[in-house]
Amino acid sequence: MALNRKVGFFQGLKYQGGGPMLSWMLHRITGLGILAFVGLHVISSFFMQQTGSNLAAFINTIYEHWAFQIFVAFFVLFHALNGLRIAILDIWPKFLTYQREALWLQFSIFVPVYGLTVFFLIQHSLAGG
Amino acid sequence: MRARIVQPGWSFEYVMWIFTRISGLALILLAVFGVTGALIMGARTQMDLPTLMRWSFFPYPNHVVSSNIPDVAVGWATAYWQIMQMLIIFFAVSHAYNGLRVVLEDFIGQSFSKPMLRGLILLLWMFSLIVAVYVILAS
Repeated sequence: MALNRKVGFFQGLKYQGGGPMLSWMLHRITGLGILAFVGLHVISSFFMQQTGSNLAAFINTIYEHWAFQIFVAFFVLFHALNGLRIAILDIWPKFLTYQREALWLQFSIFVPVYGLTVFFLIQHSLAGG
Repeated sequence: MRARIVQPGWSFEYVMWIFTRISGLALILLAVFGVTGALIMGARTQMDLPTLMRWSFFPYPNHVVSSNIPDVAVGWATAYWQIMQMLIIFFAVSHAYNGLRVVLEDFIGQSFSKPMLRGLILLLWMFSLIVAVYVILAS
């Protein structure tokens, strides 16, 4: 059941929802993003294997490029960690009192793991791997 | 403020709400299994990020074959990993299409396009599952 919103996108961004709102938005964006690029990867792999299409091979080359992997890693890692936080808070609603702290905990895991991933991706690419 | 306690009925939305949580947790667990299997089978020094993703989310011989691990098909082409792949595919595809449905229904509201959308997503879901099982068993 959808509400009849008369609020534009940028007007909605001004709503003072803070971290939980932004992570809710990012969860949706990253989820749709994963669906889009995994779907595209599956389709292009199918055509690469069955018809030897050059376009499909090109799409898969981009998909495995280290610069694109920086985005893929962000999408997958953020969606997984944020989903884990949501699931834990929904299973034990008592912890909802500490939901801002949970968000801080999530980012204190996300930032070093993602930072290290990006660091190694760039280091690997500069080393010519 | 204390939340009102409501006993939810087993409606479609409630079941899918629970399923989203369970499948999300299951996917994280299965990804850990996949990476553990890869490490046991000798991926300790040859693992880069695309390879890690392949092992995490679809440990399937033709999928991980472009990595440097020798004899990758021997370890992975077993019934155990085929069942794991099917579980991952089932949870991932269902989670993804349900998420797509939830997001789209937030925008379209109650109208004629809602049952059309649900039907389309149901067809896509079944098609994806059938193709995935075919790919896994034909490998």
